[in-house]
Amino acid sequence: MENKDILAMNRRGFFRSVGAAGIAVAVGSTMAALPGTASANIDALIAEQVGPGTITMDKITLDIPDKAENGAMVRIPIVVNHPMEPNNYIEKVAVFVDENPKPFVASYNFIPESGQVNIEFRLKMAKTSMLRVVAKSNTGSLFGFSKKIEVAEGGCAG
Amino acid sequence: MTIGSPKVRVPKDPVKKGDLVIIKTMIQHPMESGLRKDKDTGEIVPAHHVVSVKAVYNDKLVLDAVWTGAVSKNPYLGFHLRAEKTGPVEVTWKDDKGQEFKAAETITVA
Repeated sequence: MENKDILAMNRRGFFRSVGAAGIAVAVGSTMAALPGTASANIDALIAEQVGPGTITMDKITLDIPDKAENGAMVRIPIVVNHPMEPNNYIEKVAVFVDENPKPFVASYNFIPESGQVNIEFRLKMAKTSMLRVVAKSNTGSLFGFSKKIEVAEGGCAG
Repeated sequence: MTIGSPKVRVPKDPVKKGDLVIIKTMIQHPMESGLRKDKDTGEIVPAHHVVSVKAVYNDKLVLDAVWTGAVSKNPYLGFHLRAEKTGPVEVTWKDDKGQEFKAAETITVA
């Protein structure tokens, strides 16, 4: 199951190399064995936030430049193009920066009355990295977005 | 550095029921991740950051955020909500030292 997730993220050509550690994570599934700093644990971190499942690279818009001048303050505007109706809504959005010492950055929970998932905040990037956003619907559907962001000057990161 | 000064901004003018409105929030906070070294002393600066942000409107928790030390200092957070009736948007920030900050502004639905 988790191997499928990896493929789902990679199929669209996002270049992330899952090394030996990543494969160990996928089959071993023990959190204790994870290296705390490697990008290889991203899939486990994503599963921890939104549960297992295939991530469809769809519905999330994040309109930011490829390059961040200041890694201490990278603007992250997230729009999820999905209904917010009582039985069909986005309940959670989680944000990750692969190359940060701690890749999980933030999560946001919503209810139908939120009306729209359209948020903006700012995060720190230690260096050039993949940025990932995963959204989960109340029915368990997972949607993803990822983009490589070049960082000119790293933020003292998190 | 300064901590606090929580701020919430809602549309100044009355909005219509059902409108999606933007809510802007900001707070002064160092958002120390606990991973940064002090440039002069070389010592790790202890973690001190906001861990949760909650927004309540019309008696409902319309936004419930978990933050780590990777959120930028003096954090801005903008979000949208659907206007239902006149009432306050109440935002609460909590940090990892147990400090709590609150701010509220009222949306007027015409």
